[in-house]
Amino acid sequence: MSNNAHAMLLILTMTAGTMATRFLPFLLLGDKRQTPPFIVYLGKVLPYAIMGMLVVYCLKGVSLTEISSVLPAVLGVGITAGLHLWKRNTLISIIGGTVAYMLLVQLVF
Amino acid sequence: MKTSLVKTAFVKSLPVMAGYIVLGIGFGILLGEAGFGPLWAVLFSLFVFAGSMQFVGVSLISGGASVLVTAVTTLMVNARHIFYSVSMYDIYREAGKKKPLLIFTLTDETYSLLCDGKTPEGADPHAWRLWVSLFNYSYWVLGSFLGGLLGQIIPFDTTGIDFSMTALFVTVFVEQWTSIREHRPSLLGVGATLVCLMIFGQEVFLIPSMVLITLALTALRPSLEGGVLHE
Repeated sequence: MSNNAHAMLLILTMTAGTMATRFLPFLLLGDKRQTPPFIVYLGKVLPYAIMGMLVVYCLKGVSLTEISSVLPAVLGVGITAGLHLWKRNTLISIIGGTVAYMLLVQLVF
Repeated sequence: MKTSLVKTAFVKSLPVMAGYIVLGIGFGILLGEAGFGPLWAVLFSLFVFAGSMQFVGVSLISGGASVLVTAVTTLMVNARHIFYSVSMYDIYREAGKKKPLLIFTLTDETYSLLCDGKTPEGADPHAWRLWVSLFNYSYWVLGSFLGGLLGQIIPFDTTGIDFSMTALFVTVFVEQWTSIREHRPSLLGVGATLVCLMIFGQEVFLIPSMVLITLALTALRPSLEGGVLHE
């Protein structure tokens, strides 16, 4: 098979795999007249747990033994959270935290 | 009415814009280095639309991986999306014709913008959510295209810009933290994932984390459902 055809085949496989993970709960739960109470409950509490999970997921590459890896991450998260508590503006928090992080990894460490 | 719906959706999507365009560019460049040009990047992003998976996908393609390996890898890397769909099930179930596209475009970032279930007053909630999702989708595809075009000519050093996604999740986390007095679900998310990261390592910790979180939330249900979850 040609290089391009194989690439296309893999892209289609990834498409199907990604769609499977996103559609699975909807397919499994089907079109119930009422959402099962347990799913309603999960819908309420999962957003909090998932956001904590995603923050850790994003920081998984931080090497705890290297100060040049830990400090930018800690400061970046701290500045983002601090700005958000102070200004309550998502854009300011993200831009401020990201610029600070970029300056730290590019110029300081 | 219609323009204000699109406008508020656009404003809502802004926190994702920079990150998606820049990460999309990164993806387009990487795919270009593997020998596939901008149209491939667009096709890839239109079809798969899953950020971290697409970066993994470049190495799968350039390494000539098999269909089976690709399928298993995709399911592993994207398993967390099952969580988002379970979480949004009740909100999306009555979206009618918009439902398939809403589900298809439910990325980490779109989920983080929509998971609070809030929509602007007076706006059709499903149409508004779809617009937010589609704006995000368009940033990702646009970034991929630009990356494919730019090749390696990048005007400035973008090292560290991927932190914008971390920052987005941190702001949502802080927002959630201050919105309710019950912090156990937030702490559980951080704690369970950290524990699993330490036990299982970077490559495979997400799936055990999801299992642990689900089990713990199930165990906590009687106490959490006692009414502490109100805003």
